[in-house]
This record gives sequence, C-alpha cells and structure tokens, in this order.
Amino acid sequence: MNVTVNITRRPEIADPQGTTVARALRDLGHDSVESVRIDRTIHLIVDGDDVEEVRQAVTAMCEQLLANPVLEDFEVIVG
Amino acid sequence: MSGIAVVVFPGSNCEFDTLYALRTLGAQAELVWHRETDLSDFAGAVLPGGFAHGDYLRTGAIAGFSPVMAEVRRMAAQGRPVLGICNGFQILCEVGLLPGALIPNRDLRFICRDVELEVVDTGSVLTAAATPGQRLRVPLNSYEGNWVDPSNDSRIVVRYVEDPNGAQEQAAAVANDKGNVVGIMPHPERAIDAMVGSTDGRVLLEGFIASVDREESRV
Repeated sequence: MNVTVNITRRPEIADPQGTTVARALRDLGHDSVESVRIDRTIHLIVDGDDVEEVRQAVTAMCEQLLANPVLEDFEVIVG
Repeated sequence: MSGIAVVVFPGSNCEFDTLYALRTLGAQAELVWHRETDLSDFAGAVLPGGFAHGDYLRTGAIAGFSPVMAEVRRMAAQGRPVLGICNGFQILCEVGLLPGALIPNRDLRFICRDVELEVVDTGSVLTAAATPGQRLRVPLNSYEGNWVDPSNDSRIVVRYVEDPNGAQEQAAAVANDKGNVVGIMPHPERAIDAMVGSTDGRVLLEGFIASVDREESRV
C-alpha cells in the first residue's frame, strides 16, 4: 500500500529556508508572496490490506522516528 | 567503574579531539562504539560532534536509536554526568534527555569561527568549575546550531554574547533540571591548547571531569 507522510514544522517555529526563498521570490518581482514554508514529504510502501491498520502502523512510525514531536506535526495519507 | 565513555557513531568526527582533550586534562577516557550495550564501567559519557548516521532524516534522529543510547539514558537517570557536544547536543535533544531541538542556522550558513560565550548558570556538570558571568572564547562549527524550545522553560547554562545563529535566548548550552545532562553547540574540546588559539574550553571540560570524579567517589 502506498502511504504519503507530510511532515510540517509548527507555524510558531522559524523556517529559515522558507523565509529565504520568500525573500528571493519577492526579489524576482513576485510581490504577491506573503509566506513560504518548506516541509518534508516521505513516501512509503507498506505491506498490508487494511487501510486503518496501515494508517495506525505509519502513525506509530511517525511518533517514534519520522517526525520530531518537539517541532513538527504530521499527516498520514494512505492510498 | 571509572572514567568517561566517548561514544562513537557512524559519522562522528570529533571523537579523537574529545578523547585527546579529556586525557590531556587528566581524565581517564575511552572510545566506545555505538552498538555497545553496557556502559556500567563508566562514570560519565560524552557524545562528540560530527554527523551521526549522516544526519539523515533529521540531525540526531537515527542516532537516538543506537543501542548505546539505552545505556546513556540509564546513566542520565542515575545522575551520572552526560555531555553532548554539537551533534551530541542534537542527539540528546532528539531522545528527550534535553529540551528543545536544533534547526538550521538563521542565515542558512555553516558557521565556523570562534564565538564569545558567557556562563550564566554554574549548576551544571559542564559549568561547575566556571564563575557566573565568565566570558569564554570557543570555536563554533555547525549548520544546525539554532536551538529552539517551544516550552520556553529550559535551563540555559551558557549563552552567546552576540547571536550567531538565531538560537532562542542566545542559548549555547542547555542542561536538564538536575544539571547532570548538558548539551553545548560550540566545541570546548577544540579550545584547550594555546597553540590552536584558545584555552577557554578547559574550564568547561575540567568542570565536567571533576563532576565525573565526584560521581566515581559517590558510587
């Protein structure tokens, strides 16, 4: 089963990369840019037939390793 | 039980500097591979700088699951001195032994220069031999040295005099509540010999070594 995990840094945590890219876009004339956040996406292939079981397994993976609970939120999309 | 374990992960690169510094300052210290599962012979541990497991996923994330970390946690819980330098600091935050986390420097540059530090809390194993307000010149060598702590409730023991990287409250070193676990982003082990520019790292490592000695006599 294909699983996508989106890991996002919480809004209150600075994203220096996003801030720099936003500045560069404005320098290029894209004045409409208000904010840029650069986050991570992880694609997994997980053995299993039950969507809910797979979701729970990948959620456990996020809590244990894939995301840092101090800074990041995550979203698990199965299928 | 005696001496200090300097833990080596795949990708560590400051272990020999650390070992040299500790031994030069009179400590008994040994390198220990990250798959070691018994550190009961050691009174203290140091996690050196580098790029453990390539910094893949997040810096320190995978190192946090190295077998040796169960022992480092046990030592920390027993009150034994545990020090993380640079990447070691990142690992201690990842496993929750220290608060917060380290993100890329505000200016997205690897910083490699001496910085001036100020000791603000002498109650930790790293700062025990220093005096409050003491200024120290120590090299900073990091890309992900920008410490953040959403809880805003941490024990900062050393600050940067001038903000180099965006770290919250200009924190350069952070301790747990008991003060026996400390992480520092600059490298005191690279400032122990006047030949390379500064000996200001000595007072920090000497304090740590003295804390380990006290631990040995206690147990």
